[in-house]
Amino acid sequence: MALLEIRNLHVEIDGKEILKGLDLTVNAGEVHAIMGPNGSGKSTLAYVLAGKADYEPTSGEVLFNGKNIFDMTPDERAAAGLFLAFQYPLEIPGVATMTFLRTALNAQRKKRGDPELSTPEFIKRVRETAGKLNIDQDMLRRAVNVGFSGGEKKRNEILQMALLEPRLAVLDETDSGLDIDALKIVADGVNRLRSPQRSFVVITHYQRLLSYIVPDIVHVLSAGRIVKTGGKELALELEARGYAEYQEEAVA
Amino acid sequence: MNAGVTTIKTAAETELAQVFARARESLPGDDAVAAQREAAFGLFAKEGLPHRRVEDWKYTDLRALMREAKPLAPPPDAAAKARAKTAGALLGDVETRRLVFVDGAFVPELSDLAHLEKGLSVGSLAGALADSDPVLTRHLGKLAPANDVAVALNTALMGDGAVIRIAAGATIERPLHLLFVASEKPVASFVRSVVVVERGARAMVIESHEGPANSAYQVNAALELFVGDDAHVDHVKIVGEGADALHVSTLAAAIGAHARFNAFSFIAGGGPVRNQLFLNFDGEGIVAGIRGASLLKDRQHADTTLVANHAAAGCQSREVFKSVLDDEAHGVFQGRIIVRRHAQKTDAKMMTQALLLSERAESDNKPELEIFADDVQCGHGATSGAIDEELKFYLLARGIPAAEAEALLVQAFLGEAIEGIEHAGLREALLEAVADWLKARSA
Repeated sequence: MALLEIRNLHVEIDGKEILKGLDLTVNAGEVHAIMGPNGSGKSTLAYVLAGKADYEPTSGEVLFNGKNIFDMTPDERAAAGLFLAFQYPLEIPGVATMTFLRTALNAQRKKRGDPELSTPEFIKRVRETAGKLNIDQDMLRRAVNVGFSGGEKKRNEILQMALLEPRLAVLDETDSGLDIDALKIVADGVNRLRSPQRSFVVITHYQRLLSYIVPDIVHVLSAGRIVKTGGKELALELEARGYAEYQEEAVA
Repeated sequence: MNAGVTTIKTAAETELAQVFARARESLPGDDAVAAQREAAFGLFAKEGLPHRRVEDWKYTDLRALMREAKPLAPPPDAAAKARAKTAGALLGDVETRRLVFVDGAFVPELSDLAHLEKGLSVGSLAGALADSDPVLTRHLGKLAPANDVAVALNTALMGDGAVIRIAAGATIERPLHLLFVASEKPVASFVRSVVVVERGARAMVIESHEGPANSAYQVNAALELFVGDDAHVDHVKIVGEGADALHVSTLAAAIGAHARFNAFSFIAGGGPVRNQLFLNFDGEGIVAGIRGASLLKDRQHADTTLVANHAAAGCQSREVFKSVLDDEAHGVFQGRIIVRRHAQKTDAKMMTQALLLSERAESDNKPELEIFADDVQCGHGATSGAIDEELKFYLLARGIPAAEAEALLVQAFLGEAIEGIEHAGLREALLEAVADWLKARSA
């Protein structure tokens, strides 16, 4: 059974159709890259998987681990092992990063029937994970993402991912706004988490990130549908030739 | 054209006149105090209860809200005193010196009067009035605003309260906690306290008000607070009255030069609540933080009205008031910063924010600046809105259930005000009270 199975998915925002019959199958352990021009529906796919309001699926289905995700609230999807690394992580003034991380981790554990972590256990786990990702302890003492640089925000997303240990992580343009050093740290964080049980969907506009996170399968998304699927060499091809031919194809 | 026409008195106004007529002979105090009472009652007799056409009471129409005037509370019986022993739970483990009042009357046997710190003297208003205590005589009524009818009623009918003096230079580590508890009787109490903190002294005064739900009691409390030059004073008011209670309370403070002064109002209970602060910056170089947090639900109504009067140069004040409104609650904040002509280099910034958890909740924010000096930095802002859905989605996407996500965001919202409290234990206790309120909400 595939970990994620998307069949003929149509999604509207404010009555406008953005995804127009998208199909995608992700098996356990695979890394898929989804590339495409601006406005092709990449972020819509990420948000609809995570369950954002106003992203209205009008037809088709999405099965995560065999279950229809549209029967699940966003927090239930997260507890079931779905993680979205946001393109624009939000700043939450007044909520300490540690409180946020602990609340999230324990809420998920509770929903799965696991015991909550004690404070010392939790702190130990965060410190270890942050250490591996080269995340400054000082970042953990601040409010969630408040005053963080773009790179720090993205690293914080990866830290959350590493702590929450999802079955499927969707990375929505995690490379945008990163310099090469930050990009390496983020890619390194993802690569450490690769395992036969865990899958990734890496959404990106550029090939650059895929030099560090090498995908098994690359898809081209254009005008709301997957128009081409290939191996990792497809990403290099796109880098060289651009998206023009796919945009024409989608319109035609 | 209405000149000379007497407004028809409401039942409550008539009853208040009767209450005063019956009590005037037996209320404590010498002839001078009796004259103060008469003069104050005269203001009420002339103006009546404040109503919505009086600008300062626009959003809290006391004439409409106060359907009847309750009789003055009799001295508390043994049962009421016994119940008062468990009061003050909201403060948790905070180590305080308690002065307990039941239905407005001081109860020495429930109060911590032993081993007073050097420089601290504590007594009851009734006792000080009976003895014509010179400290009280010098201070009583000096800070009460002349035209406020709520304070005038307090002056006319004050029965008991605390009289506290902290000698120059003394540091009182243990916060003084004036704990006002209502019994189950539907009665009225008029408590008046006078706190004098002399030059260079340090003290914290917590004033809390609580009582049973389902009792329509009435509380009118006023505190006159004198902050000497170079003193450091924190005042915290916690209103946790029962849902059917009517609560009107006033803090009137005079702050001396180079003092540090912090005030915090925490309102999480009561039927209609009117919380008034009249703060006079009388000396130069004062640094003040005036903050508050309100948590209102059902059909609660709470009004915080602040007048910060900068009458001396070079003072700094920060005002931050936050309210969280659920169901059909109504929150009001009126804040006026006045900068007098000589109060140059005043630096005053006021912010008031309301978070509405329900579409039927209402928030009225009225910040005002009246500036007569020409070299000042003043500003104010007001916002009101619902929970940010983008932030909430971020929390949901991390597996945090909706109720918990909202609770986190509410705590974060109030945190900005509560974190201004310097006393760590009290800060924790109030954050805990917020968490409890949120738990009760999602239950």
